[in-house]
Amino acid sequence: MRRVISVILLLIVALGITLCLLHIPFGVPKTKVGEHYLQKGKQETGATNIVTSVVVNYRGFDTLGEVTVLFVSAIGLSAVLASRRKKTAKEVEPASLVLFSGCRFLFPLILFLGAYIIVHGHLTPGGGFQGGAVIASAFLLIYLGCRGRGVSETKTKVTESLGGLVFVIVGLTGLAVGGHYFLSNFLPKGTLFSLFSAGIIPIIYIAIGFKVGSELAGIIGKLIEESE
Amino acid sequence: MILVVTLLVGVMLISAIAASIFKDLMNAVIASCLVSLIAAILFYFLQAPDVAMAEAAIGAALVTAVFVIALRRTNRYEE
Repeated sequence: MRRVISVILLLIVALGITLCLLHIPFGVPKTKVGEHYLQKGKQETGATNIVTSVVVNYRGFDTLGEVTVLFVSAIGLSAVLASRRKKTAKEVEPASLVLFSGCRFLFPLILFLGAYIIVHGHLTPGGGFQGGAVIASAFLLIYLGCRGRGVSETKTKVTESLGGLVFVIVGLTGLAVGGHYFLSNFLPKGTLFSLFSAGIIPIIYIAIGFKVGSELAGIIGKLIEESE
Repeated sequence: MILVVTLLVGVMLISAIAASIFKDLMNAVIASCLVSLIAAILFYFLQAPDVAMAEAAIGAALVTAVFVIALRRTNRYEE
């Protein structure tokens, strides 16, 4: 009986969603702002990746909020898990040789890929969030392959705080020096397609990359430490 | 092209249904990881490489790791 009811409910929900989606024209621009970004974005921000120019420059304040959400969730996780902390230096059994060697071989490569994605955020697809997640997955590999090794909690906390601080300081400097709004692009834009271009965008993306990478690596490390 | 996308969506649907049916939760986690991975490939086909990167790194790698860690603390099999 419950199954029948749940299936009927699901069908009703599916019907509702279908009816809603039928009325939304896909691929048709509903606002003018997207066109503006596509046409003027390169000149106004100096970044060839339009997604980055929107995320960091036009909507930089929203990104600060996003980063803050991640920060608060990391703090909340460590607050929940901190109550049952008893540092018993238990002897962990080492991982197998294949896993250990593979992790040692792959770790610098993945780290390098993450750094590449972060640094080239304003030129090619990717950026601070994606590169930070890649770096965190490199640390996940270390936690799995080299048992007992990893980053200390203090170091991840310091790194993520520094990243957030750089973000806010650059934004406030833009407010004071450049324009009349938070996170205005006050540095010279440089030439398109070169690594040192787009003003504050690379600086902020590097800060975000450090912040996201250390936060996610800290979360994973804390969970793994807790599960042992 | 359209054939590849259809195939990918089919595999994605099958693994999504499988993830909810499996009694062995480790298999369910791997199936949901597959869903994320195919979603990342589809994002790439839809010309959203930024989203594809984030989906591949977070959805397929980190979330799966968190689920596996959670399974180590709890029961592997659903009653």
